[in-house]
Amino acid sequence: MQRYSIFSLIKNAFSKHEKWDLAWKDPSPKKEYDVVIIGGGGHGLATAYYLAKEHNITNIAIIEKGWIGGGNIGRNTTIIRSNFMYDDNARFNEFGMNLWRNMSQELNFNVMFSPRGIINLAHSDAQMNAYARRGNSMRLNGIDAALLNREEVKKIIPMADFSEDVRYPIFGGLAQPSAGTARHDAVAWGYARQADSMGVDIIQNCEVTGFDISGGKIQGVRTSRGDIKTKKIGLCVAGSTNILAEKLNMTLPIETHLLQACVSEPVKPVLDGVVTFGAGHFYISQSDKGEMVMGGDLDGYNSYAQKGNLPTIQHVLTGGIALFPFLSRLKMLRTWGGIMDMSMDGSPIIDKTHIDGLYLNCGWCYGGFKSVPSSGWTFAHTIAQDRVHELNEGFSLNRFSKGYLLDEKGLGTKTWIS
Amino acid sequence: MLYIKCPFCGYRSQKEFAYGGDGTVKRPELNQNISDEKWNEFLYLRKSPRGKHIELWHHVAGCRQWFKVQRNTVTHEIFQTTKMNEEIK
Repeated sequence: MQRYSIFSLIKNAFSKHEKWDLAWKDPSPKKEYDVVIIGGGGHGLATAYYLAKEHNITNIAIIEKGWIGGGNIGRNTTIIRSNFMYDDNARFNEFGMNLWRNMSQELNFNVMFSPRGIINLAHSDAQMNAYARRGNSMRLNGIDAALLNREEVKKIIPMADFSEDVRYPIFGGLAQPSAGTARHDAVAWGYARQADSMGVDIIQNCEVTGFDISGGKIQGVRTSRGDIKTKKIGLCVAGSTNILAEKLNMTLPIETHLLQACVSEPVKPVLDGVVTFGAGHFYISQSDKGEMVMGGDLDGYNSYAQKGNLPTIQHVLTGGIALFPFLSRLKMLRTWGGIMDMSMDGSPIIDKTHIDGLYLNCGWCYGGFKSVPSSGWTFAHTIAQDRVHELNEGFSLNRFSKGYLLDEKGLGTKTWIS
Repeated sequence: MLYIKCPFCGYRSQKEFAYGGDGTVKRPELNQNISDEKWNEFLYLRKSPRGKHIELWHHVAGCRQWFKVQRNTVTHEIFQTTKMNEEIK
């Protein structure tokens, strides 16, 4: 693999940048692999990378129905944070924060990780109390948290509506200064390039049509480009998990829903980090290009459509304008949607299954992007060692039947409740 | 925007309705022992098919009645809406 550096850039300038190596190959599937990862998104690519790097398993295929990075890794709002209260969520995501900090160096690919902080706004005394509790829990897990009062928030986001007579006045907020954003496509490409260089086959335009299971063990996978033998399959297909579960005769605690996001026309720098509204579901950040990147609620009903409905955008932006009145003067450039695995408690599942050799990584709800490195790392461990790592033992599949829900925010599929 | 036919009021815009989830889920029988497995199925496990889906909707900003809808989860085409005590054919 050709390393990217200032020297390779200068060298390639002499050949007018026409002789760069391909970042990854386009192989045809072999007959047999040690591990097959289904889904060439962020989680699948990261899993293959860590399997090769940490566990020396390189005879791996990543099977992707479309093209890599075409699903939710390229559709999210790029927020990276670990401001969780529950230990399982906090430890898992803080482990990921450390991977994020070194990612550009490790992958030799600039993922533009930009830790400019996140603020969750509070609009009542009760909410301030709840944030104080969450902040303290975060600190106990070694995560930076700062409880800000109204004046401190005003210094950071002076353009928000701080008038006294609004419906939801800003009381303060909980900040995680080390949170931030990154360039989502680069994350997929960086992991793909490194995985490919270690011998992983990235097979695109290859749809899974069935599974070969006998004696309760995985024997192989059937695809649109032929049958592949393997003993271990990792499922990283958030958004299509229910479709593959049906082929496996499994029913999962997951519903598939549509989540939309939108960006405005680019404007001069106005917002430093990420801000979330505390009285509605709305979050906002400003991209490096200057666009305001915004998102919020699910469309609210089961959907595989990958495109959304206008009432939801209108509803989300109503919250946005209440918080930042200047948004009403901006033109929206684009809106788009992605399909989400909504788990029943709002937390993901990374676990083994009742089928030997079938591993499950799903249920990422609103926030799969920030967990790409930690999910890939723990899932690779789960597949390679055939047992869960202590970082993901809380994300078990049987926590629902056992009653150990990770209902961090009380968000699940039923958005009309929250 | 979905355009949903309430069995009581006729066609109305999506904004008048709230979604109620999978309409095929049945609560285990009352006054009988319920196994953990059955309770888990009832509370959490969902098929969430790609294609035809029977679901519940609530005409919350209208007659406030619940009813059943059969809808395509990819195209959002609505095939049929019925009252709660009627079967989707």
